Amino acid sequence: MSGVPAAPGLLGAAWMIARKDLAIEFRTRSAFLSALVLSLLSIVIFYFAWDPTAIGAADLAPGVLWVTFTFSGLLGMHRSFGVESHDGAMDALLTAPVPRQSIFLGKALANLVFVLGVQAVALPAVALFYNLPVGPAFGALALLMLLASIGLVAVGTMFAGMTANTRLAELLLPVLAMPFFVPIVMPAAKTTALLLAGRPIGEAFAWLRILLAFDLVFAYVCMLVFPLTLDD
Amino acid sequence: MTSPSHDPSDRRPGADWLLLAAGAAVAAAVTRAVWFTPPERLQGYAQKIFYLHVPSAWVAFLAFALTALSGAFWLFLKDPRLDRFAESSAEVGVIFTTGVLVSGPLWGKPIWGAWWVWDARLTLTLFLWFLYLGYLVLRGVVPEREQRARYSAVVGILGAVLIPFIHLSVYLFNTQHPMPVVANPSGIQMPPVMVKTFFLSLGAFTLLYVALVRSRYALAAERDILDDDVATDR
Repeated sequence: MSGVPAAPGLLGAAWMIARKDLAIEFRTRSAFLSALVLSLLSIVIFYFAWDPTAIGAADLAPGVLWVTFTFSGLLGMHRSFGVESHDGAMDALLTAPVPRQSIFLGKALANLVFVLGVQAVALPAVALFYNLPVGPAFGALALLMLLASIGLVAVGTMFAGMTANTRLAELLLPVLAMPFFVPIVMPAAKTTALLLAGRPIGEAFAWLRILLAFDLVFAYVCMLVFPLTLDD
Repeated sequence: MTSPSHDPSDRRPGADWLLLAAGAAVAAAVTRAVWFTPPERLQGYAQKIFYLHVPSAWVAFLAFALTALSGAFWLFLKDPRLDRFAESSAEVGVIFTTGVLVSGPLWGKPIWGAWWVWDARLTLTLFLWFLYLGYLVLRGVVPEREQRARYSAVVGILGAVLIPFIHLSVYLFNTQHPMPVVANPSGIQMPPVMVKTFFLSLGAFTLLYVALVRSRYALAAERDILDDDVATDR
């Protein structure tokens, strides 16, 4: 009976890394609170740039929501590799006997929880400040936010890993990632608009299909290429 | 403290004959398009932009496709020449995309009544431009050669995967860009004199692409040699 535990598999290691990141985040709460405050601030600022007599709240809200989600998500994802930059933490992670894909999956999972956590507060805030009836569409909206966040997080985590060690990391991440968010934000905003207008989710089928395909393709491709963005 | 060395191989480069020839070909194509091709019946002189706009778009797409391909091959072969080519082709591609994005509105204003519309092809071209500007910025901030090539290859490949998705999503918006008149399934929809001018222009622009990439490649090769020299001197 040896005291050395067996090396975890792909998903086991990913789960451990995600739990580690979430534990750091839960104990410090610094990034989560920043992202949350940023979201609320941008929702409020959008309000003051809005003429309610010209554009209805349900027409404006999809844009506000998805711009806010995109930026706060990027903030969180940039941080996810930032926490590894001190004390050679990244080197320790790289020498650990885990597959490189596990690092990607673990980071992405932690980022997904982060992004969904911010959205869980930002959506009710938009409903409150813009006086929107999100109640009836809540289930469909939650599903949509999950689908869109998977794509955002897959691409964002990959680029966050790539840019973490470069000059201009915090500027380069959005510049590289934003073009990839087009096929996510466009379907998500369109579907949100339909849902807020009280239409059934079936009418957004064409958009959701693009979103789902994007998630599957990019989650897989980003996991495959992620080891290429690490430096041994 | 060292005085500047005068290595015998350190000569000034001669004239770039290919680039001069390409410039002359483009000038000839433009001259023919402006003065020796009849104006289009409905669009008038605005249609002349077609002879610059479409060849530029062709070169831009060709450049980006070759950038992505050479990046992918670099991952397997690790040949620095492939990365230098990707760098050169991406840079030239961005220039031509800028040409497309500038020449399009010049035609759009008189014909559509608006400089810009959120049409599928315009949007796709705009995002290609953003994507490859990001690619060039990334290259600029990664000093280490092998790492730069690896990152660039990844962005090139992901970009190639992204294009169909942007295409799909922007096509769900309505499209008002003119349908192809040359690569049309039911044959070329243009009188022969215009077709001739168009293909002359297409050839001239492709030659210009080759010449610019060749010249930019030479610059990248010189830079790499210089970097190696600096590294060994240290």
